[in-house]
Amino acid sequence: MNEAHGVLGGESRPMIERRFRLQFEPAQGTHVLLYPEGMIKLNTSASEILKRCDGRSTLAEITADLERAFATQGLESQVREFVEQALKKQWLVLT
Amino acid sequence: MSAPPRSGPPLWLLCELTYRCPLHCVFCYNPIDFAMQKGELSTEEWLKVLREARALGAVQLGLSGGEPLVRDDLEILVAEAHRLGYYINLITSGVGLNEARIRALKEAGLDHIQLSFQDSTRQMNDFLSSTRTFELKSRVAALIKQYDFPMVLNVVLHRLNIDHVEAILDMADRMGAEYVELANTQFYGWAWHNREQLMPTRAQVERAEAVTQRFRERQSRPMRIFFVVPDYFERRPKACMNGLGSIFLTVTADGTALPCHAARMLPGLTFPNIRTASMSEIWYDSEGFNHYRGEGWMKEPCRSCPERGRDFGGCRCQAYLLTGDAANADPVCDLSPHHGRVVEAVARAEARAAVRAGTDGGTGAAAGAAEPLVFRTPDASRALSGAGR
Repeated sequence: MNEAHGVLGGESRPMIERRFRLQFEPAQGTHVLLYPEGMIKLNTSASEILKRCDGRSTLAEITADLERAFATQGLESQVREFVEQALKKQWLVLT
Repeated sequence: MSAPPRSGPPLWLLCELTYRCPLHCVFCYNPIDFAMQKGELSTEEWLKVLREARALGAVQLGLSGGEPLVRDDLEILVAEAHRLGYYINLITSGVGLNEARIRALKEAGLDHIQLSFQDSTRQMNDFLSSTRTFELKSRVAALIKQYDFPMVLNVVLHRLNIDHVEAILDMADRMGAEYVELANTQFYGWAWHNREQLMPTRAQVERAEAVTQRFRERQSRPMRIFFVVPDYFERRPKACMNGLGSIFLTVTADGTALPCHAARMLPGLTFPNIRTASMSEIWYDSEGFNHYRGEGWMKEPCRSCPERGRDFGGCRCQAYLLTGDAANADPVCDLSPHHGRVVEAVARAEARAAVRAGTDGGTGAAAGAAEPLVFRTPDASRALSGAGR
């Protein structure tokens, strides 16, 4: 939602919206987001971010965890951009 | 004909659990001869369908009918489907959904409920379904919210209710629906039989689209509205089923497996039955699923059309119904030499409207003799299928 979108910061805690379900599909070799009568096939970076959106971790913690997992730095803007898009599409909400 | 390419998995499984239904809707897509089909699958047979299709990769599950709540093993099927990892959509009229059952379905792991309404008022809803169900459906809508299911409200649109779109959207909003499907009638099954009575005019369609757009602009609560355009008013066909045998698999009440819920009508094809074939054999090896895969079956103008990879030539059933040959281009396409048949069907709707409005100069000639609407009842099914005469 717009108001949630406006206050996205390092302390925001994104969570998958209740209508959606994130799940790994072996037959497709990828994570998908399931919702009423629909499915979104996710690429690797989208699934890695969404897997960590549990409503408890902050955006800063999610970014740090991803940087650790993939032994890299400077993911902050990429993660923020994706979360902003996902909030707009209502895949995510902020707790 | 070259061998079709190996298909990906059947991502969507639609189980038409039964053809029994307390409603008698005039636009139902079920086959006209539904009452002639015998031998509904048992619980064990449905469980086999669910397990084998899931192993192939099916993940979106539709439980439909007829009215799926007529089956008293629905909760068992939902529980197993949930355990297997399906996203489970119950597609229902709401009849039979009391509080005990909705609680049991929640506990079993049902994900979402699509509730049908026939119109925004009791009078029209009850007339179009030939039942007194409007109040009941309204109570079911409240139960769906109470049990925190995402709710899709589905209304099939046609000439008799399309002018009520604004009231329908207001009703959906009041009920707290997350999604609304304004699904213009697709003409198969009973809708095909009643096509002359159900076809809207172009002015009606355009007005409904404009009303929907205005509603979107003023809505305060998030509610996604899908306006499914009636394809007779288009110039390019829908990418029906994303191509037959590409992602979609239907199992009907008697166990027949189809690449589309209307495909049983396609002549010259044998469709496998889950009683005698595994889901893997059905999906990958059967003629019924392989015949219209790929592009080998296409005729001109599709065969050389640059858009064939986008719309796959449209709908095989519509090509068959309107041209007599399922391998022809869907005549919705204005490149089809048979496009005139679609144009004529729309023109007849315009003529009928003119007669009703008294603006045809009093001749009424183009409208032809008005046939009555035929409701989807077992008796009508048997009569139209040549039984009981």
